[in-house]
Amino acid sequence: MARNGSSPKSISSNGNGNAAKNGAGQNGAARNGTGDVATWTVKAGLAQMLKGGVIMDVTDAKQAEIAQEAGAVAVMALERVPSDIRAEGGVARMSHVKKIQEIQRSVSIPVMAKARIGHFVEAQVLEALGIDYIDESEVLTPADDIHHIDKHQFKAPFVCGARNLGEALRRISEGAAMIRTKGEAGTGDIVEAVRHMRSIWAEIRRVQSLREDELFVAAKDLQVPVELVREVRKLGKLPVVNFSAGGVATPADAALMMQLGAEGVFVGSGIFKSGMNERTEAKRRAVQANMASAIVKAVTHFNDPMMIAEVSASIPDEAMRGQSTAQMKPEELLAGRGN
Amino acid sequence: MPSTDHPGTQLRIGVLALQGDFAEHLAMLRANGVDAVEVRTLAQIDGCDGLVIPGGESTTIARLLIAFDMLEPLRERIRNGLPTWGTCAGAILLATDVPALDREPIGVMDMTVDRNAFGTQIQSFEADLDIAGMEGPPLRAIFIRAPVIRRVGKAVEVLATLADGRIVAARQGHLLATSFHPELTNDARMHGYFAEMCREQLDAEARAAS
Repeated sequence: MARNGSSPKSISSNGNGNAAKNGAGQNGAARNGTGDVATWTVKAGLAQMLKGGVIMDVTDAKQAEIAQEAGAVAVMALERVPSDIRAEGGVARMSHVKKIQEIQRSVSIPVMAKARIGHFVEAQVLEALGIDYIDESEVLTPADDIHHIDKHQFKAPFVCGARNLGEALRRISEGAAMIRTKGEAGTGDIVEAVRHMRSIWAEIRRVQSLREDELFVAAKDLQVPVELVREVRKLGKLPVVNFSAGGVATPADAALMMQLGAEGVFVGSGIFKSGMNERTEAKRRAVQANMASAIVKAVTHFNDPMMIAEVSASIPDEAMRGQSTAQMKPEELLAGRGN
Repeated sequence: MPSTDHPGTQLRIGVLALQGDFAEHLAMLRANGVDAVEVRTLAQIDGCDGLVIPGGESTTIARLLIAFDMLEPLRERIRNGLPTWGTCAGAILLATDVPALDREPIGVMDMTVDRNAFGTQIQSFEADLDIAGMEGPPLRAIFIRAPVIRRVGKAVEVLATLADGRIVAARQGHLLATSFHPELTNDARMHGYFAEMCREQLDAEARAAS
């Protein structure tokens, strides 16, 4: 159990699914000449702006430019795409600072970056660099096998992975302003992403079916603050934006996750590990740009099968080859990190 | 409140749902008694008395407008009188001049808009704003990687500025632009203001027709 003992923070809501503001003085909030910065509304607000969009993993400025050109709402800077981390092994860390700065200079869309679970100094560095969102990510090698980062202490907002409602609400109680279901990164196999998204929604529906006086035991079972369980019951959804991640490799995969209730999609290896049969870098880049753009369009029109067929027809048959998670050993799975 | 000229008719306002926080706009419009609908195609827009272009990523929405062949037809409809309100990314897309956008904006409001005018997300903020023509207490305005309106043309009325004088809300006839996000608050007055603009336009068209 990764409980870091941080006091449960109640998150109020206006009933529209928006977390309402906490005043200055909480959650790293402060006042400057123009107004109140780093309030809860402001932190959770950027995730609201990303909804209906695709966030793409990139390792350098060139990939970031391809992602922005294809219509990504944000890019995620990381050292290696997950399928390479899987293949090569070793310790996966925060991306090199110079790489992150190159990526920041190369695009005008928000730049996110991954820090290791519990590595609050990597997070401090990312905040100092002016990163727009920090992903405390199980895809990197955990720095702390017990505690997550106390995300309330930061001005930069955090996104965290979750496999189920308990994990999601624990991350929110630690200060995460956005959640993504974990899936299984770097596999190109959508089954884990589906499992985690279905699990979260099934548990939300169950919480909604409970009587008020049954929420205390639900909170005990979920190992989360009861205020957050109450919040979920009232909203009928997580109190923050929830994207899907980990295994999206085609436009249809992305639309599947949207139809299952994701508010947007992270795509990692699915873009920059497509087109690997092409002999030249230029041709690979072209396939990847095509794939990226097709996934963006499929997420916009996720309920329109004709449109998904059309954008799928526009890309070559060169999705990432992938690896079935059913064939993998339990210790090869990343999603169990940081529960 | 319903216009006296159209008793019983409910306004229908579309929220462009290509990308962004359209769900929040729908909820706020409905709180004002408006029949609010997601719109992703021109056919859906044609059934509407007004259009909201929500917050989101302006680069993404600009590309999708072009990819789905919506840019020119939408520009035409807005020029022909479709009341339109852009928040944040939406305000960027309405401007005629956006130096930092790598695609053509819809370009219907005579103003220059600077993207990400305050810096990265860490500089995002909220502040109380007085809006010209809006009664009651100041509006709590949420600025997320927000743009500012650097210049406005003669036909554009400035509705709100920050303490330092930078323009963050403006109106040009049937067009409204705000660099902040009223849809992320509990305050539905700005949505009420836009609904009133849509009714004014309907009234004007009814007068012209009779």
